[in-house]
Amino acid sequence: MEEAGGVKLFGFWVSPFAQRVKWALKLKGIQYEYIEEDKYNKSPLLLKLNPVYGKVPVLVHNGKPISESIIILEYIDAVWKQAPLLPQDPYERAQAHFWAKFAEEKVRQSVVEAMCSSGDEKQKAVKLAVEAFEEFEKELKRRGTKFFGGETIGFVDIVAGCISYQLPVHEEVGSIKILDSSKFPGISEWIRNFLNHPLINEGLPQKDQMFAYYSKRSKEIAYQKMSHKTV
Amino acid sequence: MDGEVILLDAYASMFGMRLRIALAEKGVKYEYREENLPKKSPFLFQMNPIHKKVPVLIHNGKPICESLIALQYIDEVWHDKNPLLPSDPYKRAQARLWADFVDQKVHTLGRKTWSAKGEEQEAAKKEFIEALKVLEGELGEKPYFGGEEFGYVDVALIPFYSWFHAYETCGNFKIGTQCPKFVAWTKRSMQRESVSKSLADPEKVYDFFLILKKHFGVE
Repeated sequence: MEEAGGVKLFGFWVSPFAQRVKWALKLKGIQYEYIEEDKYNKSPLLLKLNPVYGKVPVLVHNGKPISESIIILEYIDAVWKQAPLLPQDPYERAQAHFWAKFAEEKVRQSVVEAMCSSGDEKQKAVKLAVEAFEEFEKELKRRGTKFFGGETIGFVDIVAGCISYQLPVHEEVGSIKILDSSKFPGISEWIRNFLNHPLINEGLPQKDQMFAYYSKRSKEIAYQKMSHKTV
Repeated sequence: MDGEVILLDAYASMFGMRLRIALAEKGVKYEYREENLPKKSPFLFQMNPIHKKVPVLIHNGKPICESLIALQYIDEVWHDKNPLLPSDPYKRAQARLWADFVDQKVHTLGRKTWSAKGEEQEAAKKEFIEALKVLEGELGEKPYFGGEEFGYVDVALIPFYSWFHAYETCGNFKIGTQCPKFVAWTKRSMQRESVSKSLADPEKVYDFFLILKKHFGVE
């Protein structure tokens, strides 16, 4: 493994955002120091490194902090040229950014929304999540490759990849069903291929621990939304 | 050669203004096509089937959606004139972070200053001013967010200035008096021809905003 000039990653064990960065560093063979932060008890150092949002992940390279997972991925790809994540062509890059944003905002966030909500809101959120999955399925089919990045894992795969291991947990916690494998054969196959990669599957959080965490988190998010509603 | 460039846009869209500014900065000749919002054309649905929103940059028949993505595309394709993003990866990451902050905070909170009610609206107004103050902190003593040169973050942010009149009128608050450094930056930016020619007139934005408000059923 390559010893890169002082690379540190501040993360949280269950954070899908930190996981994205771990995957990128591993795929490029970059050695790094991992520092675990407690989401509910953040260190003064983290708040200093990320004064704007105070969140993980934060990548620190040669003493300089970079935050926001998608921005960190782009930084890693620009600095370490091996195993490129983004395409070279500007139009293809723009498409990769588009689908990464879609994966984060429309796919992942809608699943979490569906998990945490109830009643009519839940039904609406599930519908939106399914629609997002349909678009994702269509795009995978259109590309006709093993991954969004082609025959190897790329930028969009890494951003979307958290659903591969977290979706079943979100579905169970939220008592929802979004990924019907007969309806989404492409996504199901993509998930299988993605998780089959040894560097991707290595060190993922345990399912029962994720279930316990998201059960608690789901109630927290629902409560936060309720208190804004009554204001 | 620039190739064929079409910008599918709406006059009052702050996201569309970003691309107008960037194309002007780069001296790119393009065809401007106005969408008659809130009505949307079949062409828009065809060019942006997923989000069905403006702006869409269409270069040699290929659409690029999402304004910050299109902004980065413009900067990469026409990189020799007036570069907007720094070439250093760390500085680039910082620019992307602040542009993302504009979307996450300035846009979201700005919208809430007119769409929310009661205590939620008051909270949004306060947080909106706080977000501008955070940006003032980031600007520091630099003439632009890009440093000595007008850059990516400046382009991402300046269009929101054309919406301040609408926010202030609807939200019944004053923005400028609370953020003097920000105001100085807007004046400086407005001196650039690319900006003054691309920004929508605040009164016209307010008229459009009233139509939007009615369309979304907000009283």
